[in-house]
Amino acid sequence: MMPTKHTIAVLVNDQPGVLQRVSGLFGRRGFNIESITVGQSEEAGLSRMVIVTEGDSGTLEQIEKQLYKLIDVIKVIDLSSKPMVARELALIKVKAEPNVRPEIMGVVETFRAAVVDIGTHSMMVQVVGDTDKIDAMIELMKPYGIKELSRTGVTAMVRGNAN
Amino acid sequence: MNAQSAMMGSKEQLREKWMKPEVITGSEILLRSLLLEGVECVFGYPGGAVLYIYDAMHGFDDFKHVLTRHEQGAIHAADGYARASGNVGVCIATSGPGATNLVTGIATAYMDSVPLVVITGNVATNFIGTDAFQEADITGITMPITKHSYLVRDVEDLPRIIHEAFHIASTGRKGPVLIDIPKDVSANKTMFKPVTEVNIRGYNPTVNPNRLQTDKLLKAIESAQRPLILAGGGVVYSGGHEELYQFATTTGIPITTTLLGLGGFPSGHDLWTGMPGMHGTFASNKALQNTDLLINIGARFDDRVTMKLQGFAPHAKVVHIDIDPAEIGKNVPTDIPIVGDVKTVLEILNKDAKYAHIDAWRAQVMQWKEEQPLQYEDSETELKPQWVIEMLHRTTQGQAIVTTDVGQHQMWAAQFYKFNQPRSFVTSGGLGTMGFGFPSAIGAQMAHPDRLVISINGDGGMQMCAQELAICAINNIPVKVVIINNQVLGMVRQWQEIIYKGRYSHIDLEGSPDFPKLAEAYGVKGLRATNKEEAEAAWQEALNTPGPVVVEFVVRKGENVYPMVQAGDTIDQMLLGDSE
Repeated sequence: MMPTKHTIAVLVNDQPGVLQRVSGLFGRRGFNIESITVGQSEEAGLSRMVIVTEGDSGTLEQIEKQLYKLIDVIKVIDLSSKPMVARELALIKVKAEPNVRPEIMGVVETFRAAVVDIGTHSMMVQVVGDTDKIDAMIELMKPYGIKELSRTGVTAMVRGNAN
Repeated sequence: MNAQSAMMGSKEQLREKWMKPEVITGSEILLRSLLLEGVECVFGYPGGAVLYIYDAMHGFDDFKHVLTRHEQGAIHAADGYARASGNVGVCIATSGPGATNLVTGIATAYMDSVPLVVITGNVATNFIGTDAFQEADITGITMPITKHSYLVRDVEDLPRIIHEAFHIASTGRKGPVLIDIPKDVSANKTMFKPVTEVNIRGYNPTVNPNRLQTDKLLKAIESAQRPLILAGGGVVYSGGHEELYQFATTTGIPITTTLLGLGGFPSGHDLWTGMPGMHGTFASNKALQNTDLLINIGARFDDRVTMKLQGFAPHAKVVHIDIDPAEIGKNVPTDIPIVGDVKTVLEILNKDAKYAHIDAWRAQVMQWKEEQPLQYEDSETELKPQWVIEMLHRTTQGQAIVTTDVGQHQMWAAQFYKFNQPRSFVTSGGLGTMGFGFPSAIGAQMAHPDRLVISINGDGGMQMCAQELAICAINNIPVKVVIINNQVLGMVRQWQEIIYKGRYSHIDLEGSPDFPKLAEAYGVKGLRATNKEEAEAAWQEALNTPGPVVVEFVVRKGENVYPMVQAGDTIDQMLLGDSE
């Protein structure tokens, strides 16, 4: 069985230590975490985590079952088994002397990204999209010199008409 | 009014007293909540962060508190209590080192699915996170080895948390739940409102199986030529031993029971092949390797049972009945998964179970049993450990509760003490915790004051919790402590002999105390035997002595446990004796 990337959404009680319970479980069972995002959900008292992980179908099954054993876990959904929308945001601080700024602006516009800050020697670019798009944007910024990079990790949802 | 209804009446009155809504401290809430959960006995050790709790226990005798001599003794005793009784075991320790001393015991209980509620004190909430004196993040430390844990931040939450903890510990796949109570929470007062209902959204164990799956199993039995039952601790924990007996005897399917499943099926029965795995019987391992339908009932395919996974039960269609869905398919690919409570599943199966026409297979299994029974070379000059266990069995008609430590004596106890009742064998299977054998017997004896409890230990493990002899002496807990003394860490010696080519490294237990004298120092009778005659006499004396007794059997040093399957081999690659 080939390892593939999975995006799972985990609905959890908004309790102290719940992130530790989930991330600890991944760590000790040898499941890898590519990214993890946490925030409020539509229901008060519950948070939604979106975890991107890699593994074969057996590993994914174990991840789901082990997650369900945590008392604070309410629901686990393998988003990537359904049509979903996945988005990530990145902030890229790139070296930008005045003479190269128009060039960078060109890339930013093409990617429907945005310049959110300009410093004396740099620009901060904000890009939103799926992971591939952000990877591509980073590649294009590299030649100018990336001073700082911060990615949120993927958050995702199943499409409205997918169920 | 007869005596029993009088007692019931007083219990009702007590309950009313405990339920009474009053403004009381967190500590009093804790004690009352424990009582309302039916707790009769608690093992603990006081310290700074639990002083309010112990203050509330001053002059209190609604439940018994046993003061152990080490927190590890307390939690193993609570574990033994839980395993022997089926009730939730409870222990209390203070913050920091008190709490961390419980860690081994928590892990032991977690690995073997034993229901415990573990109560720790912690520094006051405003000190948490400041590296205060005796502060340890015990909920964090124990997260991987508890079924669930709570850090109580508000005394108002205490009744709900305690009720939830008992519910979680004792339902589904059982396990330890930790409640960490900061000192100010145990001191703060509030109006006590007992909680009698649970509503935990993320916790709803599946008890009733999918009937399509149970039907599939019944069909599979009809077409199987060589079916085999592998029964584990789940049978004992669910209370499904009678249902298992009915299922096995109705279908006539041969059965092997794992270490934790021992006692879940009468070991004298013709269908029983003994224990499987690394030190399992020839017949069990042969049957596993030849079966075409393996029916796992409440076992988790532990690596000591399966040994090398590739090549385990190679011809079998695998059925796995387990209350924990995560166990199914974890180690062994499963054809018919059945999630549910073992007892409930068996009740359903028994309605339609039919006799399996597998005479040739039964004859084959019987032949394996006769061909290679468990055996050892007896000696008239030296005391053999296997002989000692057989003697313990013979003189107690297999009716005792036996606890063991970990190592060779544990395997010999599993092999040669033939168990016929569930909850009569208390042993650390999953974690393999040395130091468990003796304190767990104290707990088992507290659960069954009128039964004979024998604690079988090695000379190594006995020294890991020997301090609890004080508890036996003070409380007159009549555990019969057996020490199989071979003057060496026997199982390590065996591996070093067989696998590490006789390079014996740091296994000699030279400098061990004179065990009978050690017992006497605590006020416990101590006896020693070095040959069969002394052994019979000493053991009879122990049985005839009303209180606790330590009996040391000095046995041959170089004895090995057979059969043995080496790590990395499949279970039919058995070493059957020294001569090979």
